Amino acid sequence: MSLDKASVARVANLARIKVPADELEAVGAELNTILHWIEQLSEVDTDGVEPMSSAAATTLRVARPDIVADGDRVEDILKNAPAASLGFFTVPKVVE
Amino acid sequence: MTAREDQLFEGRTGKWEVVIGLEVHAQVVSKSKLFSGAATEFGAEPNTQVSPVDAGFPGMLPVINQVCVEQAIRTGLGLNAQINMVSVFDRKNYFYADLPNGYQISQFTQPIVGKGTILLDLAHDETREVGITRLHLEQDAGKSLHDQHPTLSFIDLNRAGVALMEIVSEPDMRSAEEAGAYLKKLRSILRYLGTCDGNMEEGSMRCDCNVSVRRVGDPLGTRCEIKNVNSIRFVQQAIEYEARRQIEIIEDGGTIRQETRLYDSGRGITRSMRSKEEAHDYRYFPDPDLLPLVLDPVVVARIKASLPELPDPKRQRFVNAFKLSPYDAGVLVAEQAIADYFEQVATGRDPKLAANWVTGALFGALNRLGLGIEESPISAETLGGLLDLILDNTISSNTAKDVFADMVETGKDAATIVEEKGLRQVTDTGAIEAAIDAVIAAQADKVAEYRSGKDKLFGFFVGQVMKATGGKANPVLLNDLLRQKLAP
Repeated sequence: MSLDKASVARVANLARIKVPADELEAVGAELNTILHWIEQLSEVDTDGVEPMSSAAATTLRVARPDIVADGDRVEDILKNAPAASLGFFTVPKVVE
Repeated sequence: MTAREDQLFEGRTGKWEVVIGLEVHAQVVSKSKLFSGAATEFGAEPNTQVSPVDAGFPGMLPVINQVCVEQAIRTGLGLNAQINMVSVFDRKNYFYADLPNGYQISQFTQPIVGKGTILLDLAHDETREVGITRLHLEQDAGKSLHDQHPTLSFIDLNRAGVALMEIVSEPDMRSAEEAGAYLKKLRSILRYLGTCDGNMEEGSMRCDCNVSVRRVGDPLGTRCEIKNVNSIRFVQQAIEYEARRQIEIIEDGGTIRQETRLYDSGRGITRSMRSKEEAHDYRYFPDPDLLPLVLDPVVVARIKASLPELPDPKRQRFVNAFKLSPYDAGVLVAEQAIADYFEQVATGRDPKLAANWVTGALFGALNRLGLGIEESPISAETLGGLLDLILDNTISSNTAKDVFADMVETGKDAATIVEEKGLRQVTDTGAIEAAIDAVIAAQADKVAEYRSGKDKLFGFFVGQVMKATGGKANPVLLNDLLRQKLAP
């Protein structure tokens, strides 16, 4: 697998990371090095092996009981907000 | 599955079949959120029900809420669906101001519930089975307010992280009517189960509609998705509009572009959302903060054993045990509280009479007063008391209507009102005969007309005698006696 410049630009846009046009080539080369490294995994025969997303499982025994144990801390929640007003976070207007 | 002939849309160039699949987001009934201990209650002050987990603060870890999982299992069982003993939570990545993490925790390839079915109740006692594709658990997003400030949007994260069940249907519906029936039935089942309150106005049930059109027998057409419709009526209007829009485009030689649209209820149209070409690239991957969810068969069995009698079996039982029509039974089981009320009134009495009084006079009164069955001014026991007086001939059905109105007004029971107002029906043959004799004596010319063949006058005599007895004569007795006395 190898990323071309257009793919690098698309991935950067999806991740909201600004990559100037003249750096796409170099970033692409770096990403390709990582991809090629990971690609070695495909040499392993995984036919008939269930995909594993984790080494252990959650069971309901370790789940949380349905109790309200947090909240009522608007100041904490808004403390690091770049902008806030009347108890709300505020952001540049986004309208559909 | 093919549409009935009368469901097809008539275009300029022939008939079209509309194909509909629905995705319903149903808010899980739970006290706290899916992955945090913040409250879920509707209508709280902004950002007062937010934990650092919901706000996406660094280092916070989600811990799953046991009750939310159980509610999903319960819903799956209620939809006759397969429960997946292992399911996986994934991250669905996108950027929006009311999604602090930059991803929604959802389930993609391995949902907690698989295939099920739901039975639609349609007009003329028809039914139709619609397939459920899957049900998965996911987090809700926060709420954006765009009208508070000229250049800013306000974000409230109270809803962020609340558990939703996304319930996806197969593209099995063929008309707006069927889509409406699907939502009504789904809402009824969710309420019976107590897993979602089904309140569309407060947004605890929201619907995305996938709509496409085709010629009967053709493969599926390209679909458009109408997002976030918040009432059953709007869903039906949106589907009607969207089907006609697509037919027109195709008949004009155009093609349908797969896109997301919004329903504008003010104008009754659907319109394209700002085109987001890459918006559908969600780059799902298993959430590394959450381990696969493995269910305990004992828990699933316990939930299964605790399910209430659901609308379909209850309806069947009402038809069998009470000899009601499927339609009446369907109306009575739509809400569990109504079904319980009816059952209490009907048991040990005439069920058909009970059904008529509940769906007629009672529903009428509740509608007029804007009350739900739970707040009914007349309890099932009190209504039963009124029916008892009809059944033992103490009062006629007509008198009962007046007594019922009095009961609503005064809160008194039927027997008290009948006693106080002296409404007890006259069943004493002698008294009725005396009244008839008096009327016949006073109306000699009318009697002569009647006897010479003017049958229509019979009603006149009934009215006169009824009047003479203050409306209390037993109508059946009165009719019999009058007919005898008037015979030439």
